Amino acid sequence: MSTVFAVERLKKSFGGLDVTRDVSLSMARGDRLALIGPNGAGKTTFVNLVTGHLQASSGRVLMDGEDISRFSPMRRVRAGLVRSFQVTRLFSEMTPEEHVALAILQREGKSGRMAGNFHAMPQVMREMRGILETLNLGALASVPVGAIAYGQQRLLEIALAMALRPKVLLLDEPAAGVPHSDTFLIENALAQLPGDLAVLMIEHDMDLVFRFAKRVVVLAAGAVIFDGSPRDVTEDARVREAYLGSYAHASSAA
Amino acid sequence: MSATDISPSAAPAVRTGRPWQRDLIGVAVILLAAIGGYVLFPDNLALLTRIIAIMLLVLSLDLVTGYCGVATLGHAALFGAGAYAAGIAAVTFGITEPLSMIGIGAIAGAVAGLVSGVVILRGHGLAQLVLSIAVIHLFHEAANKASTYTGGSDGLSGIAPDPLLGLFAFDLWGRTAYVFGIVLLIAVFVLLRILVRSPFGMLCRGIRQDPVRVSAMGASVKASLIRMYVISGAVAGIGGALNAVSTQVVGLDSLSFTNSAEALVMLVLGGAGSLFGALAGTVVFMWFEHVVSAANPFHWLTIVGALLIAVVLFAPKGLYGTAADLARRFARSKP
Ligand SMILES: Nc1ncnc2c1ncn2[C@@H]1O[C@H](COP(=O)(O)OP(=O)(O)OP(=O)(O)O)[C@@H](O)[C@H]1O
Ligand SMILES: [Mg+2]
Repeated sequence: MSTVFAVERLKKSFGGLDVTRDVSLSMARGDRLALIGPNGAGKTTFVNLVTGHLQASSGRVLMDGEDISRFSPMRRVRAGLVRSFQVTRLFSEMTPEEHVALAILQREGKSGRMAGNFHAMPQVMREMRGILETLNLGALASVPVGAIAYGQQRLLEIALAMALRPKVLLLDEPAAGVPHSDTFLIENALAQLPGDLAVLMIEHDMDLVFRFAKRVVVLAAGAVIFDGSPRDVTEDARVREAYLGSYAHASSAA
Repeated sequence: MSATDISPSAAPAVRTGRPWQRDLIGVAVILLAAIGGYVLFPDNLALLTRIIAIMLLVLSLDLVTGYCGVATLGHAALFGAGAYAAGIAAVTFGITEPLSMIGIGAIAGAVAGLVSGVVILRGHGLAQLVLSIAVIHLFHEAANKASTYTGGSDGLSGIAPDPLLGLFAFDLWGRTAYVFGIVLLIAVFVLLRILVRSPFGMLCRGIRQDPVRVSAMGASVKASLIRMYVISGAVAGIGGALNAVSTQVVGLDSLSFTNSAEALVMLVLGGAGSLFGALAGTVVFMWFEHVVSAANPFHWLTIVGALLIAVVLFAPKGLYGTAADLARRFARSKP
C-alpha cells in the first residue's frame, strides 16, 4: 500500500483555544476513511489547515511524499488535494453545466483562455455531460444553481470534485442539509468515485459512516482519539466517553 | 423540498438565441443608433463622440466591477492615462498618426490598469474602495505636477492628429472623429463579447460570486483579477485616446474622481455585469445630463439623483437588466 497523503503533527490554536492538537494521519490510494467527532471537535478546521485555507501553527502536510505545507490553496489543489465544503459554496448565477465545465477547463489548464467557449469543445462537453449524468443532474444542466434544490447543490459539489480528478478528496459532511430520504443520492455519488482515489469523509450520520468507511478516525477536542476499523469504534471506551461527554455538556447547558 | 423534485421556478432556463446572433444584433443596434445620432443631431457630433469615449470607459469598468466584483471609484485613472499618453505622444514626440495614438493610449491604459489593479486588489470591501479613491487622487496629482508634459491645470492642448489612414482629415464638425469612434466601439464591443463568453470570462464571473470556491478549484483569483484589470485598462485607454484625438485637448478632469464616480453611476444605471447595460447606462446618463442641464442648469443634479434612486430601488438590475427580465417574462407568458 502506497501512502498518497500524510499529515504530521498538525497544530492550530485560535487565541488560547487549541483546536488542532498534534494530529497525524495518513492515507493510501483507494482508502475510504470517515472522520467523525462531536460538534466543535475541529474536523472542519482540520480540512481548512490541510487545504491551506487556514495557516497551521506547526506540522506538515505531504502529498506523495512532497511537503506541501507552504503551498497556497491553489497549488495544493494542483497537487491533487481537493475538498468540498460543509456549507455549499457554488456560483449562484451559474449553471451546473458551467460549474463542471469550468472545473474541467481549470484542471486542463485552459481556464485562462480568452476566446472560444466550452460549448464548442467536444471533449469538455462529453466529460461534463458524463459527470452530470452520473450524479443525476442531467436535467438541471442549464438551470442557474440559485434556483435548484439544496440536495442537488450538494451533488454538484461532488461533481466539481470529480471533475478536478484529485488524488485525495476531503468531503466535509457531504450529506449535511440533504433530506434523509435523499441521502441515497449522495451515497450513490460516493459509490461512483474512482476506486484508486483516497477519500476522507467527515460525517455525523453513523449509518452512512458504517456503509462507506473501511476505516474510522475519531477527533475529540482537537486530538485523534481513535484510528481503526468501523467494527471497533463503537466499543472504544474513549470514543464513548467523548460522545457521552459532549452529550452531557449539551444536556447540562440546556 | 426534496432533492429529487424540481420546483416550477427551477424549470430549465431557455437560452434565447445563439450567442453569435446576439452579437450581431448588438452590432446592428449600435450601428442603427450611430446612424440615427448622425442624422438627428448633426450639430452635436462632438457630444456623441464624447459619449462613445465614455462608453469605452464604462465598458472597461464593467469588466472589473460588473464581471469580477471589484468595487472601484478610481477607474478614470485608466481612461486619463490613455488620454494623456496619446496627447503627449502627439505634442511632445510628434506621433500624430491617429491609429498609433489609439495604440499608445491602449498600452498606457493597460499599464495604468496593472498599477491600479495591484494597489486596489490589496484591499477588500471598504478598504478596496478607499484604495481606489487614493489611486485616482495620486494619478490626478501626478498629472498636475508633471506640467512640462501634461500642461498641468491648463490642460494639454495642441494635439493635431493626422488624417485618418492618410485620407480623412479630422474636420471641424467632428464627422471623422465620430465615425472613427463608432468603428472603435464596435471593434471593442465584439472583442469583449468574445472575452466574456470565453473560459476566462466564466472564471471571472465565478470569482465575483465566490472567490474561495474558485481557489478551491485550483485557479488563482489574484492573477485572474490583475489580468482583467490590464485588459480593462486597455479598453479605457482606447476611450481616453479617442477623446484626446477627437477634442484635441486633454484636461485634468479626465483623471478626476468625478469622472470615476460618474462612470460607476452610469454602469449601475444601465446594469452592471452586462455589456449592453454599460452602453445603455452611458447613453441615458449623458443624454439626460445634456438635456436636463440645458433646460434647468440649477436642478439637473437633483433630477439625476432622483432618477438614480428610482433605478436602484425599483430596478436594481439597472435599466437594461430590468428590461431584459421583462422581455423574458413576456416571452415566457406567451403560449
Ligand atoms: N476562525 C475561527 N476563530 C476562532 N475559533 C474558531 C474558528 N473556526 C473554528 N473555531 C473553533 O474551533 C472549534 C472547532 O471548529 P470546527 O468548525 O473545526 O468543528 P467541527 O468539528 O467541524 O464541528 P461541526 O461538526 O459542528 O462541523 C470550535 O470550537 C470553533 O468554535
Ligand atoms: Mg465542521
